[in-house]
Amino acid sequence: MSQIEGTVDNPKRALREQDRSMPDKENRAIFAVNAQRRKLKEQVFYYLIFLATLSALFVLVYLIGSIFSDGWPYLNWDFLTNFPSRFPAKAGFKSAIYGTAWLGCLTLFFSVLFGVGSAVYLQELSAKGRLSSGIELSIATLAGVPSIIYGMLGLGIFVRFLALGRSVLAGALTLSLLILPVIIIASREALKSVPDSIRMGAFALGATRWQTVRDHVLPAAIPGIATGVILAMARSIGEAAPLILLGALTYIAFVPESVFDSFTAMPIQIFNWASRPQAQFHDLAAAGIIVLLGFLLICNSAAIILRSRWRAK
Amino acid sequence: MVNSHSSSILETRNLNIYYGEKKVIRNVSLKVPKRTVTAMIGPSGCGKSTLLRTFNRMNDFIDIFRFEGEVLFEGTDIYRSKTDVTEFRRRVGMVFQKPNPFTSSIAKNITWGPQINGYRGDLNELVESSLRKAALWDEVKDKLNDSGLALSGGQQQRLCIARAIAMDPEVILMDEPCSALDPQSTLAIEDLIHELKQNYTIVIVTHNMQQAARVSEFTAFLYNGDLIEFDETSKIFSHPAEKLTRDYIVGRFG
Repeated sequence: MSQIEGTVDNPKRALREQDRSMPDKENRAIFAVNAQRRKLKEQVFYYLIFLATLSALFVLVYLIGSIFSDGWPYLNWDFLTNFPSRFPAKAGFKSAIYGTAWLGCLTLFFSVLFGVGSAVYLQELSAKGRLSSGIELSIATLAGVPSIIYGMLGLGIFVRFLALGRSVLAGALTLSLLILPVIIIASREALKSVPDSIRMGAFALGATRWQTVRDHVLPAAIPGIATGVILAMARSIGEAAPLILLGALTYIAFVPESVFDSFTAMPIQIFNWASRPQAQFHDLAAAGIIVLLGFLLICNSAAIILRSRWRAK
Repeated sequence: MVNSHSSSILETRNLNIYYGEKKVIRNVSLKVPKRTVTAMIGPSGCGKSTLLRTFNRMNDFIDIFRFEGEVLFEGTDIYRSKTDVTEFRRRVGMVFQKPNPFTSSIAKNITWGPQINGYRGDLNELVESSLRKAALWDEVKDKLNDSGLALSGGQQQRLCIARAIAMDPEVILMDEPCSALDPQSTLAIEDLIHELKQNYTIVIVTHNMQQAARVSEFTAFLYNGDLIEFDETSKIFSHPAEKLTRDYIVGRFG
């Protein structure tokens, strides 16, 4: 009787007593089983994502391997210094290399100038409201527009309307348009991640918005902006479709000497060789791809080294 | 109430502040006397930081901020004056809760403000004198080109004070300047505040009542957006006029 009363009056105590009656071992066993199962799940997950990485890597290695086995024999000094020719043995990549170098420099200049400028305006200076969120949405949409559409745009605006012709300048401006959304979005994210306390510290010293951005916010955002620019530039260097639409020539036996000269570019030359019937030209295309990959590797490494130097500062 | 021999440098008149629909400061009229330390105390969310930030218009950056009334600096209405807001911010410096030095060298941290405001004097001299006034010179004189972020938290905060001093302001606003610091750094900052009040008017927001009692001559007690009491610190802490103030001081709430 008293025992029952005790249980009703003091449920906590009753629970405690029950606890004590339960063997500790059993309690621990429940936890141990659970831990093992979790460990198993973790391992399964680990191998799954490892497999995912491996499959991507496998495709890449296979691709590079087949390109190298086809193109390597053709890769020599003559290939780099000869102009294209209808004889595969004499055909070279010179005008394409020069064209891509020209395009790359000009595109870098225009896209950074306009891209970072727009990002600073949208993120730091403009009033937040319906207009700016509308602009934000349009930019995100533009990032997904197929590159060939940008080629049509470039043909309409730069080649015809502004009468720049089929020049390096028109090509570079078109590629800049193509990668502008990516650069703007990446730059805005980089600016967004700069802590507000830095801005407030500057404003409290009587700085204007522009002085604050120029001297503190932008320098702090540069590593993030650089990442976006590197990725975007890699994309623009590999683009063929918009340039073909623009009317970049596939056979050019000279190198551009000014921004108004006509040009060809590595991806265009590769496309041209790959679409010919003779097998030797296909191997030349592979050699061209090796050069393009090497070019990208050098540019990206340089950019990454520059970025880490800046970060260390 | 406030002693008559010192004139006021900052003043609010019937100030109401809203964040959106929410009223966070209610009809506050306050005169901050020149060359003194005025502490603002009160429980979290009472509006003391909001009030502090009206003195250099740092609330401007909050989209939903709206106000009624007047805020005067040396008799000029800083919200309605034609003078640019950057000019007021030059004369009313601010030190923040978390030390926020720029990601540049110690020297650059000091010189940037003066430079963008068209300072024409000797920059090296300015760096030294500002750091000396902030009691930091001896610790950093050999590494002026090192990053400001390499300093300890307490040193960073003194660097931020030196940065504010370099602008030759008349007022320095401090928003809980010691809340992120260890006791020793806090002591160093409090000693510094004692030094600085010879030349500057200091308004300090603090959570720490002992700190308010230690460093200030005047104390404003805010509660729920109302200015409950404003008087000499000694009086607030010994014979407060309001029951609410007394309850807060003895730690009954807040």
